Amino acid sequence: MITIKKNKTSRALKDAVELLSGVDLSVCFQCKKCSSGCPVAKLAKTRPSEIMRRLHLGAGDELLASDLIWVCASCETCSTRCPMGIDVAAVMDALRRLALERGAATPKGNVPLFNRAFLKTVETFGRSYEIGLITAYKLGTGKLMNDTGKFPAMLKKGKIALLPPRGGDRKTVKRIFRKIKESKTTKA
Amino acid sequence: MKYAYYPGCSAESTASDMHQSTLAVARALGIDLVEPKGWTCCGATAGHQTDRLLAVSLPAANLTKVQDMKLDMMVNCAACYNRMKVANHEISSHPAIRKGVRDALDRDYDGSVKVHHLVEVLLQDVGLPTITKSLKRSLNGLKVACYYGCLLVRPPEILKFDDPENPKSLDQLVTAMGGKSLDWPCKVECCGGGLSLSRTDVVVQLSEGIIEMACASGADCIAVSCPMCQVNLDLRQQDINKQTGKNYQIPIVYITQLLGLCLGIGPGELGFNKLMVPASNVLEKVHERA
Repeated sequence: MITIKKNKTSRALKDAVELLSGVDLSVCFQCKKCSSGCPVAKLAKTRPSEIMRRLHLGAGDELLASDLIWVCASCETCSTRCPMGIDVAAVMDALRRLALERGAATPKGNVPLFNRAFLKTVETFGRSYEIGLITAYKLGTGKLMNDTGKFPAMLKKGKIALLPPRGGDRKTVKRIFRKIKESKTTKA
Repeated sequence: MKYAYYPGCSAESTASDMHQSTLAVARALGIDLVEPKGWTCCGATAGHQTDRLLAVSLPAANLTKVQDMKLDMMVNCAACYNRMKVANHEISSHPAIRKGVRDALDRDYDGSVKVHHLVEVLLQDVGLPTITKSLKRSLNGLKVACYYGCLLVRPPEILKFDDPENPKSLDQLVTAMGGKSLDWPCKVECCGGGLSLSRTDVVVQLSEGIIEMACASGADCIAVSCPMCQVNLDLRQQDINKQTGKNYQIPIVYITQLLGLCLGIGPGELGFNKLMVPASNVLEKVHERA
């Protein structure tokens, strides 16, 4: 049974998630289909159906530190199979965005760092640049040499590009990033 | 038959084999592909995990370029295909998102550019009868596990690609090529996708499940249409073997590579040399059609 301590409840998180995801959490009747189909549920402490229930019961920001949020691979099996048509994957996206905004702790792994490194190469070059991304990510984790054994073979086969991409419309992409940052500062 | 072809960032790097084989197959079948000038990244998983408006504006920057070309867009990368279609859906169904995109791009876009996956173009626009007539070689009974993954089929109400639980489009192509498409249970399982670097442990575990099931089903190879699936199953096979003590050696090929072979195109032009697990069993099996 899922219970929530009375002094820990708050409507704020549920409302923020519903606003960001466009999902009505109250229609979930806990059939747990999202959890049975979830490929990573077995690797996380909290299952998708439990996240849905806790949100509905009024859990607070402590839920943003759930390990499932960052082990979720966005495969969307949950949303596809939900009998009530709830976009559970959109709820997970909303939780990730709120976790970043509110500075919640990231459990195992470093998906936010990876995402930042990925988007930085896109902002700079207009297209993603794998070697730049991998270097930035590994520098961030402090384990530069980890998992680099395949590089020589990949370079030799032409399975990874050495030089940054050219030809992308960098001006438009830079404008998009700038405008989105601006719209966030006006809101805050 | 002419399309604006959006290659996607991996086409220039880890999926240059997908890109090469797409171009070769299109040429052989008379599909005219034009790249939109200055195309940019769709934002991928990192985009939608970070910000909704960013995740829609990045694809929209490309969709507007295609709108100016007065063509439909064709994509082969399942991830880019997914982001393009979701962006169109978000823009056409939420006025606030459309307004946000207008501010970000300095131009209004209504979400109306049609987006097709290459497999849809092959099956619906070119058609199996024409493809079959153009085949010079046969897969000769090669046992193929068609693996669709996530982004090609989900969310089904937006993508409308195929049956989300038991898709058959890749299988239809394999059958037309004279291969034996296998009935197996992992067609739409997840390989771990974009977690390849940040949670390699998860990718290894999920990808092993898929590879194990394909081997148990008797597959000679796995056919894919997504650069992330290809890299996770092919490049990570070594890690899987190291961590599980098993010795999987199953080639992970793009459907366009198989089709290219059967259209009579050489393996070099199709990027077969770029696969980490060599596809020599596939190349040996393919024969001239009787």
